[in-house]
Amino acid sequence: MNIINIILDFLNLENFISNIPNAEVQELLTIVFVFLRSDLFFKILLFPGIFTILITVAELMWLELKLIAKVQLRVGPQYAGRIGGILQPIADFIKLLFKETIVPEKASKVLFLLVPIMLVTLAATTLTVIPLSETDVISNLDVGLLFTFAILAMFPILALLAGWASNSKFPFIGGIRALFQQVSYEVPLWFSALGVVILAESLNFNSIIKAQSTFWFILLLPLGAFIFLVAVIAETERLPFDIPEAETEIASGWMAEYSGLSFGLIMLSLYIKLYFGAAMFTALFLGGWLGPSILPPAFWFLTKTIIVVLIIMMLRGVLPRFRLADLLYIGWRRLLILSMINIFLAITVKLVLF
Amino acid sequence: MYFSVGPQHPGSGHFRMKITLQGDIILNAEPDPGFVHRSVEKIAETREYLQNVPLIERQCLSDVSSVTLAYAMGIEELLGIEVPPRAQYIRVIMCELSRIMSHLYWLAIFGIFLGHSTMFMWPFGDRDILITETAEKIAGARVSYSYIIPGGVRYDLPDGIKEHTMKTLDYFQGRLKEYDAIFFSNPIFKRRTKGVGVLSRSEAIRLGVTGPTLRGSGVRGDIRKDAPYAAYDELDFEIPVYSEGDSYSRSLVRFREMKISSSIIRQAFENLPEGDFKVKTRKKVPEGEVFSRVEAARGELACYLISDGTRKPYRLKMSTPSFRNLPGFSLMKGCMLADMPPIYMSLDYWPLETDR
Repeated sequence: MNIINIILDFLNLENFISNIPNAEVQELLTIVFVFLRSDLFFKILLFPGIFTILITVAELMWLELKLIAKVQLRVGPQYAGRIGGILQPIADFIKLLFKETIVPEKASKVLFLLVPIMLVTLAATTLTVIPLSETDVISNLDVGLLFTFAILAMFPILALLAGWASNSKFPFIGGIRALFQQVSYEVPLWFSALGVVILAESLNFNSIIKAQSTFWFILLLPLGAFIFLVAVIAETERLPFDIPEAETEIASGWMAEYSGLSFGLIMLSLYIKLYFGAAMFTALFLGGWLGPSILPPAFWFLTKTIIVVLIIMMLRGVLPRFRLADLLYIGWRRLLILSMINIFLAITVKLVLF
Repeated sequence: MYFSVGPQHPGSGHFRMKITLQGDIILNAEPDPGFVHRSVEKIAETREYLQNVPLIERQCLSDVSSVTLAYAMGIEELLGIEVPPRAQYIRVIMCELSRIMSHLYWLAIFGIFLGHSTMFMWPFGDRDILITETAEKIAGARVSYSYIIPGGVRYDLPDGIKEHTMKTLDYFQGRLKEYDAIFFSNPIFKRRTKGVGVLSRSEAIRLGVTGPTLRGSGVRGDIRKDAPYAAYDELDFEIPVYSEGDSYSRSLVRFREMKISSSIIRQAFENLPEGDFKVKTRKKVPEGEVFSRVEAARGELACYLISDGTRKPYRLKMSTPSFRNLPGFSLMKGCMLADMPPIYMSLDYWPLETDR
């Protein structure tokens, strides 16, 4: 019995359907209502689906505003919502909703408007395979890890597409930079995750998490965890790797021409991506939903994820931006070699411990 | 690819850089000033000598004292009056305060140009709370205080200002250590500025750059030592010089100057003589030409004044340090696009001062 069922019972729409004379429409609507009452729909809509993600991401934005304000000796938001401006991200989003979406005259209009929607869709898709607990997962794919990497590989193409469709110079440079950065950091990301796969002998997230019931993999593979975290920061374009959107060089990069709702969607997708990166790190290295059984597993998962996100956000307060050439140098010359060493370490650990 | 950075760009200020790019390498970088020209020099010819003080402050609002001091020194030389020693010391205090203000402003902008938002907030906060407040207690206004006038300073120092300033400077010393820890010792900052935009000693002299940009290239050129004015010859201070000539050494020169400026302020308060803080001046200035120069926060600021014996100047020409550092933009040639912000900021370019 979930809340959607209660609402549907209260509205009593099925009785209304049975009065429809057309049999085909009646049948179709019945199927729709069966889907609406199903467990899957509850998962997609409320928990661990869209609603949970949006609330978590909004509060992560607020936490970032407050945290960075504390670092910088400011106060941060304080008016929207009773407790320290807790509704500030939602207020910002509503403001963006009512702003005009300006499409540049020479832009490719369809692509330009399609990219933000595709970004949000893709970012949300990745979260379908991340389990908040053993059962709270929309799709318990056997190749969950592979699926997330397949989706991740789409993001640089979309960033380049956004820069290309804007038909403007700064967004184009930003798109090229995003392509360079994300493609070169995907390789260490995959390689460091490979160490986990060797230890857990599975690509399924639930199996990976269950394999960590004795040791979290961050204890067995600290090097892999470090590489994975750095690569996640680079993939999500957070400081010190926010080169594709470097304001003072290329004026916000590939999202420079976006405004209003489309800009809001891009920001939302970036934050979902950040949440997703932290969730991956939690699932692969921090034991996912494992924790003392006093509290539900989903609590442990969300707590660990939020802590990882906060660590990534704190870097914004203390580090300046890298140069693109340095970034590529670190990616190809350092992280790639380290991640290969990490695979050998993983094999050694596997042979010794298991 | 050709594009212009500015005049509406987060990394430009009120001017424009015409950048030609090949791949990620800057082939040509041409500065294009003139967007905020306010014809200060022409307006100065239509006003009386004292009325010009608030006007010429407007050319560089982050460093107001040095500008007015150069102007006041010119008029005093034409009038042939001797400024009382107490006024000279107060002038030194104000000049060094405004040097710290200007360098803090530079540091904040440098921080945000490299994406370091904490370094943007901290100096601005300290500048507002500490330094500007001290200036307000002394002069009555926060930024453009028109405090230094021909013949001395406008008011005497208020009671208890010495203790207040000492307390402020003590706290500021601690803050400077924190700036060093979070920004100047940051490995990414060093990586981005070391060896970037190298200006050799001979090239610096040939281009005629001035101020910290010149001292970052190993030339010991400072008007405070070379041609002492106000009370600088009675105070003991050193001139920071770094010989590498890259963005990092230019930044360190400014960073160390903040420390040295606070020590100068301390000395000036310790040795502050008693007496008058200004002398009477006539409104009509005798005929003649005069050239005066001071070391402003960004470098040598020269003032050339022609008087025809009336209440208004016949001609007032200011040579500002930002304008003289303008050839430094040629350093960007051959650098990567990502090196543009550190080179731009290490020159401490101030578009309003260039255009006047």
